[in-house]
Amino acid sequence: MNSIIAVFHQYSKTSSNLIDPQGIVLLCSDLDVSRTDITILMLAWKMKAEKQGYFTQEEWTRGLMALRADTLDKLRKALPELEKEVRTPSNFADFYAYTFRYSLTEKEQESIDIETICQLLDIVVGSTFRPQVDYFVEYLKIQNDYKVINMDQWMGFYRFCNEISFPDMSEYNPGPAWPLLLNNFVEWIRDKQA
Amino acid sequence: MYSGTIIEFEKGWKLLETGVSKITRILEEETTSETPVDPEQYLGIYTTIYNMCNQKHPYDYSQRLYHKYHDVVERYAKKTVLPSIQQKHDEYFLKELSRRWDHYKVFVKWLSNFFTYLERFFISQRNYPSLLEVAMKSFRDFVYLEVQANAKDVVIALIDKEREGGEIDRALLKNISDIFVQIGIGTIERYETDLEMFLLQHTASYYGRKASRWIQEDSCPEYMIKSEESLRKEKERVTHYLHSTTEPKLVEIVQKELLVSVAKQLHSGCIELLRDDDKMDDLSRMYRLFSPIPKGLEPVADVFRLHVTREGNALVKQAQDAATNGSVGEEQGLVGKIIDLHDKYMVYVTDCFQNHTLFHKALKEAFEIFCNKKVAERSSAELLANFCDNLLKKSGKSDEAIEATIDNVVKLLDYISDKDLFAEFYRKKLARRLLFDRKVNKEHEISILTKIKRLQGGQYTSKMEGMMTDMEVGKEFQKGFEGSLPAKPGGIDMAVTVLNSRFWPSYKTSSDINLPRDMLECVDAFTSYYGEKTRMRKLRWIYSLGTCHVIGRFDQKPIELVLSTYQAVVLCLFNNAERITYQEMIEQVNLSHEDLVRVLTSLSCAKYKILKKEPVSKTISTTDVFEFNSEFTNGMRRIRVSLPLVDDRKKVVEDVGFDRRHAVDASIVRIMKSRKVLPHQQLVSQCVEQLSRTFKPDIKLIKQRIEDLITREYLERDAENPQIFKYVA
Repeated sequence: MNSIIAVFHQYSKTSSNLIDPQGIVLLCSDLDVSRTDITILMLAWKMKAEKQGYFTQEEWTRGLMALRADTLDKLRKALPELEKEVRTPSNFADFYAYTFRYSLTEKEQESIDIETICQLLDIVVGSTFRPQVDYFVEYLKIQNDYKVINMDQWMGFYRFCNEISFPDMSEYNPGPAWPLLLNNFVEWIRDKQA
Repeated sequence: MYSGTIIEFEKGWKLLETGVSKITRILEEETTSETPVDPEQYLGIYTTIYNMCNQKHPYDYSQRLYHKYHDVVERYAKKTVLPSIQQKHDEYFLKELSRRWDHYKVFVKWLSNFFTYLERFFISQRNYPSLLEVAMKSFRDFVYLEVQANAKDVVIALIDKEREGGEIDRALLKNISDIFVQIGIGTIERYETDLEMFLLQHTASYYGRKASRWIQEDSCPEYMIKSEESLRKEKERVTHYLHSTTEPKLVEIVQKELLVSVAKQLHSGCIELLRDDDKMDDLSRMYRLFSPIPKGLEPVADVFRLHVTREGNALVKQAQDAATNGSVGEEQGLVGKIIDLHDKYMVYVTDCFQNHTLFHKALKEAFEIFCNKKVAERSSAELLANFCDNLLKKSGKSDEAIEATIDNVVKLLDYISDKDLFAEFYRKKLARRLLFDRKVNKEHEISILTKIKRLQGGQYTSKMEGMMTDMEVGKEFQKGFEGSLPAKPGGIDMAVTVLNSRFWPSYKTSSDINLPRDMLECVDAFTSYYGEKTRMRKLRWIYSLGTCHVIGRFDQKPIELVLSTYQAVVLCLFNNAERITYQEMIEQVNLSHEDLVRVLTSLSCAKYKILKKEPVSKTISTTDVFEFNSEFTNGMRRIRVSLPLVDDRKKVVEDVGFDRRHAVDASIVRIMKSRKVLPHQQLVSQCVEQLSRTFKPDIKLIKQRIEDLITREYLERDAENPQIFKYVA
């Protein structure tokens, strides 16, 4: 337990007793992980971290204990296992939702701007659903109906990737089940394919 | 799928190849149930390409992938598409081409689905030709160029088959035509040079042959029907399977071969059609066929004009011949016939020729030619005025019929060049109608004047309208006059109509005539009343226009005689004497010799013999003696003894001639005053133009008036150039 805290103090600011964004940069470098990698998000999820860019001592402890890692080295080695765990279907849905909430930086904020969403999509599901993400990101950038995305639309996209075959989208039925954003998205693709 | 693992090119490509082969196989088998690529496979291939493009150097394979795409497409075109087409012939050749083209499009579509990422990020960045463009070019270079000539030949052969009545696969032709269009990759040039050009050439010779045959075998109406049908079919052909831009070119060729090349024969056919009253459909067809052709309608309008002129001239000649043969009144019927002719051919203009201005103009020009011909010395202006007179005196025709005829008259007036002559004759007749006729149909009189005014202007009808107003004013004045008298002057009822000399035709004064005393009293009473009621006006009495009702106390019964005032004055002499000689009469009454002869003829040598003449004969001589015929009687209680009118036609023509000289003078002076200097030719033409609304001035007359004006020092000739005139201020 003490060693966990010791590692914590390697990156935290003494004044606030938090690991701040600068600390996280160092952490990533030591873990040999890119800052924009999905790994750091998975770690945050495991810690149940609340504020993006910051780890409290409590969160840090929680996470490393769950991973059974009390040194940096052990932590590094635990990462592939962590990924496997996150990617199990039951966990991934939860993780996917978590990444949205984690990105809400202001109090009372309920939606995220398009630019950030596009980056988030690429990081979180880009490698699994490359074509859908590519098309969706392109669509988001050119459409004018929405300037921000909410949780419902975020989750709707995940469902879309999982339930609808791409690129023919034959099962897609524009009904109350899908947010309007996705209806427009599908229509846009169909127009392009014609 | 974990980002991080480098995909080597050969490995990645292998995955792609499986996708490509699957598509190829499925297209060959044409099993439509199976989608060529299932979602999982698609995801895999897409992601693979994505990763291969995003790997770091030297593993970023974007360029190589682009080339590979190019190779795949080329290979497919060369090895799969082309050979299968080349194996077939004729219509099967086309069918295979069409089928392979459709397959090719599906193939390219799926391939592009895989390579979308490449398109969006690599190709657009480097501005390379797009995936679609590469595919199109491959098809063009390795398939199209090899087969297009053949395809074109088969297409044209099929079109010919359809032209001759055969059934062909139109959907197939549409597809093939689309290939020619789309293979142009953004331009329509390939379609135009590889297919359209040949089709147009071929069509020209096809219809050239047809034209030569049909023009020999068929009549003009039949030929036109065939032409119209051919045009319709060709247009239909374009909508069914050719590109829309071909339509105007095709139509132009067909028109040229079928219509323009044989225009002369068709136009002479038109002459025949016009002669027959039953050929409106064929004439309409001729209009429809020639109307889209530039300058196509002008010759047809010419034929129409010549025909109408001929018809009109024939009518005029008929009337002229009848007149020389002595039958009187034939010329009256002429106006009615001309009106009928106008109605008939106006229907042609509105129905067959769709109200086109060319044909309105042709009709107008035709009518202007024969409407201005003279019949038996009478100009058309006079004939028309007589016609109006009869029309307005007639009862028995319905109001609508009369109004319709009035419309026709007004139209005809427009064609007549001597409009001023018409006005004069009309005025004279109007005066008679207003003064002598019991029943004046005021509505129709006003209607005709209003309609003429609309076309010819207010000044033209101002005098006639003044006449109408005078009659109204006169009635009011008469009431005032009657109201002012305590008793009838001279014991006679008298009604006076005051005519404004500005409006009415000029009449000779006849105040020299000696009226009986009771009539004189009436005249004096009115003259003084008039003097009180008006200022600075001079009354001139014109007894020749008056009417008198005289009771003749014959032995058997008294009869009321309706007479002209002159006749009444002569008869009243017999109140004071039994027998009067001609010489005595002329002294007492103070009429001119001609007038007295006319009066006595009407009273003693005509239908009713009120006076006995010695010796009995048909004519009056200065030695005759006259006696009141007390034995005269008649079944009626009142008879009208008409006094034949003086034929003042010559006078009217003279008066108009006089007015014209004045008008020409005024016009010349007006023109020279504004232009100061003008050559002879232009002065004459401007003068003609200015006066054209009223009459067509004779060139000789204008020359005469110019010379007269020079003598009167209004103009002078230029010293250096005697062709030019100068205004003398």
